[in-house]
Amino acid sequence: MIVASPKTVTELKNQLARHQKALFVGCGTCVTVCLAGGEREISIASYAVRMARKIEGKPLELTQVTIERQCENEFIKDLADLAAKAEVIVSFGCGAGVQAIAERFPTKPVYPGLNTQFLGILEEQAIWTEKCLGCGDCMLEQFGGICPVTRCAKHMLNGPCGGSTENQCEVDQDRPCAWQLIHARLKSIGQLDRLEAIIPPKDWRPAWHGGARKIIRKEHRV
Amino acid sequence: MIQPDFSADWEPKIIAFCCNYCAYAAADLAGSKRMQYATNVRIIHSPCTGKIEMEHILEAFEKGIDGILVAGCLEGGCHFIEGNLRARKRTDRIRDLLDEIGIGGDRLLMINLSAAMAPTFVERVQEIVETVKAMGPNPLKLSNQRESA
Repeated sequence: MIVASPKTVTELKNQLARHQKALFVGCGTCVTVCLAGGEREISIASYAVRMARKIEGKPLELTQVTIERQCENEFIKDLADLAAKAEVIVSFGCGAGVQAIAERFPTKPVYPGLNTQFLGILEEQAIWTEKCLGCGDCMLEQFGGICPVTRCAKHMLNGPCGGSTENQCEVDQDRPCAWQLIHARLKSIGQLDRLEAIIPPKDWRPAWHGGARKIIRKEHRV
Repeated sequence: MIQPDFSADWEPKIIAFCCNYCAYAAADLAGSKRMQYATNVRIIHSPCTGKIEMEHILEAFEKGIDGILVAGCLEGGCHFIEGNLRARKRTDRIRDLLDEIGIGGDRLLMINLSAAMAPTFVERVQEIVETVKAMGPNPLKLSNQRESA
């Protein structure tokens, strides 16, 4: 899922400094699961921003709503009535959600309520870790299902680097060495021979280095 | 920023969210023992401090309450195992938020006590009353009054 973290109340307040009427839009998908932009989180953010503005003597009229998915027009269109009444929309979705809403309402300012971080998983309660860079050319089969492109600080395809200590990465002692994990995993699935292969430099063309990507699946087009 | 009104007859209004299994019984015991404590406190009976949502506390502050006491069981003694530990994390988060907003995190206090600790309950109630009195009224109260005027 997409993992995001909330902006501070001060950041939200500063974004809204020139407005009196705002609509906070939560997203019911990834950012609800990562406890950043769901119904409850926007409720707390609303209380905080409203109080902060009242204290400044500049009350803010705030409406809040959470839609199923901000990255799909099908759900965004339900916002039309509420959006029409608001001066500004603050999207508590990921960056894709913010932009999708902005595209749908071209005359309305749309601000981000979250900082979108990465593609990751819930490691344990309230701890998320990054697992995928979205490089566009998945090589996980060669590494026992552990991605060195994302999880090795040096993005090494022919690791390890030799700098790890007691299975931990030398760049961050709290992070496990991805190549240590790859070795352990390949050993447990009986594929240690994969480590003998020299992996050629990665083709980064399918990644975002060439600008925003687009996927067209003709078989599903109507 | 709105300056708090320190008029002489001002008395803070404080809500005490009391867990059924400890603080509520402690408050009850304090009453049975005829112990005296500030009348500024209104007790809300809660099944567990873990049941108190962050929104409940924020809503109370937005409506102009001057201080909130969250009173739960001793650590390790929660009837629901970890409700009080969760409440502690939530109150810590709200204290930070209140500081950032400009209301003041010290207006929110969480305490841990057992059903037998009536004197502790009285002491801690007195403590939050004194703290809030020193801080003055909730700055939102004036703003709310201005809006309704």
